[in-house]
Amino acid sequence: MTVMSIRDAINHTLHAEMERDPNVVVLGEDIVGGNGTAGGPEAIGGIWGATGGLYAKFGPDRVIDTPISESAIVGAAAGLALAGKRPVAELMFADFIGVSLDQLWNQMAKFRYMFGGKTTCPAVVRMIYGAGMNAAAQHSQSVYALLTAMPGLKVVMPASPADAKGLLTEAIRGDDPVMFFEHKALFTMKGEVPDGDYRIPFGQARLTREGGDVTIVTCGRMVSFSEKAADNLAAEGIGCDVIDLRTTSPMDEEAILDSVEATGRIVIVDESPPRCSLAADIAALAANKAFTALKAPPQMVTGPHSPIPFARELEKAWVPSPAGIEDAVRRTLAFR
Amino acid sequence: MQLSRDALLHAYRRMATIRAFEERLHEEIKTGQIAGFTHLYCGQEAAAVGVCEHLADDDYIVSTHRGHGHCIAKGCDVKGMMKEIYGRRDGICKGKAGSMHIADISIGMLGANGIVGAGAPQAVGAAMAAKLDGKGKVSIAFSGDGACNQGTTFEAMNMAVVTKAPCIFVFENNHYSEHTGVEYAVGTARDIASRAEAFGMKVWRANGSDFFDTYEAMADLLAYVRGGGGPAAIELDTERFYGHFEGDPQRYRGPGELERIREQRDCLKSFRARVSAEGLLDLADLDAIDAEVAQLIEEATTEAQAAPAPDPSEVADDVYVSY
Repeated sequence: MTVMSIRDAINHTLHAEMERDPNVVVLGEDIVGGNGTAGGPEAIGGIWGATGGLYAKFGPDRVIDTPISESAIVGAAAGLALAGKRPVAELMFADFIGVSLDQLWNQMAKFRYMFGGKTTCPAVVRMIYGAGMNAAAQHSQSVYALLTAMPGLKVVMPASPADAKGLLTEAIRGDDPVMFFEHKALFTMKGEVPDGDYRIPFGQARLTREGGDVTIVTCGRMVSFSEKAADNLAAEGIGCDVIDLRTTSPMDEEAILDSVEATGRIVIVDESPPRCSLAADIAALAANKAFTALKAPPQMVTGPHSPIPFARELEKAWVPSPAGIEDAVRRTLAFR
Repeated sequence: MQLSRDALLHAYRRMATIRAFEERLHEEIKTGQIAGFTHLYCGQEAAAVGVCEHLADDDYIVSTHRGHGHCIAKGCDVKGMMKEIYGRRDGICKGKAGSMHIADISIGMLGANGIVGAGAPQAVGAAMAAKLDGKGKVSIAFSGDGACNQGTTFEAMNMAVVTKAPCIFVFENNHYSEHTGVEYAVGTARDIASRAEAFGMKVWRANGSDFFDTYEAMADLLAYVRGGGGPAAIELDTERFYGHFEGDPQRYRGPGELERIREQRDCLKSFRARVSAEGLLDLADLDAIDAEVAQLIEEATTEAQAAPAPDPSEVADDVYVSY
């Protein structure tokens, strides 16, 4: 085990996978930074620091610094994958899928199916998502529900350094297109990361707290918020299971249902607006497949049905809070 | 081209206001009071002002993430902008926008934008509306050397040509697409205008760090567009004095580069030198404007700092007109 941040876990994994497999290439805007300037390549080393050192080691043909052209970045990743490579593209902000959506939605997601199962598209699109930096409406969104709804894509969001390594390794080595969400407010989170080869199969949730009274299902940054709420509630004698989904496509339905069968009460915490959300999807799952076990209506803790505002006070009001999660747990327990 | 004394003073005031606004933000951001991402326009003032001094309130502009200069040049309320950047309820966009999404539709400022390249198609739409209205209005798409690589920008240029929309593509080439040099990121680094030319537009090229050069080229360009010539483009060679965003370590700059561009490509200095050499204005008049601008920015800042924050209950207001 080595203690490192999520940022370093991602960087470490990219280095390791590029060393292991010459077909792995990375591409994206400013992933090198400084090309064509007096400072020279790697003057920046990637805006988020996740791609630092790759260019010096693997060179410009495998570490492809691109112009600001998100549609072409994702489209080129699709083409690289069809041509036998394992591209890891970076979208500097997940919001930029708005620019590149066709290449994800109509192209990458559908190749294998449309082509009768005769091809693979082993592309990974790393995208930096989430609120918490007052980056306003076009740089703060958690768009994983949109991509989870697309058949053909796998959707992953690590909530710990160990998971960042295990899930990114799995994403790169797998043969399907993977949308890999990195929360911008979690990059500095530190934790123990297994040394050597470490893969986490998709579709296996992680139970981070065991309580038994209420099931909390969540992902990404909301895992730590939910854990905080669960710890506060535990002091009051209320026990919560906290389930970190890790991947929303495929999704570990069994882990959710097993917990709900035991608790009969479910709270879903989702950093996104409520409509057609991950929270709504899981509430429907509980209603459909654990109906007789439920003792209270599923509670969704989400942002409001609005874009994400700029001002600190407004963004704070938008993002689910540990206190809001505690309230939802109490509501579900109060239901008779 | 001879500008009136009033026109010269107006242009200088606008440029000086942008400079003072941005220099103050650069200092205030260090205090931690201003949240989010801020991209300063310092160094490019002559581009925004050299373009917008030709425009009326009912002409349109579409801006970029580096939008403060375009806003001020188009006439946005400076105090309202400062409050917005501070995230205040009385900000020009009620604290919802911050630096990156400031807009004032009432004066034809259709928005700064967080998505590189998103503005140009919108400018074409506004130009189509102007054409429909038949009042000789025009629409300006401000883009940088970064946005010139987006497909949206290419599509917008072709669509403007085929629809003969009175759209003007203003490419401000400040030589850096975020942290990457234009020589690396743009295949036609030394001549972005040639791209517009290839789409069938008449193009101009000017020194975007010089007010007079930009203003005069735009006068010629606008006579062509307003005369029914169809869309046109101009490339303005300019410099940004700060990083891509505030906090950018700018390790991509060469030794002495920032000092050199401040020395050699400062539009306020070149404006003062020219009006003085040609006897067009007394420098005392410009000093007086500087003092007034300093006072305005001081008031804007202190008022923004003291202004009330939005109430959390406002978070989901204004998503729709009705719902």
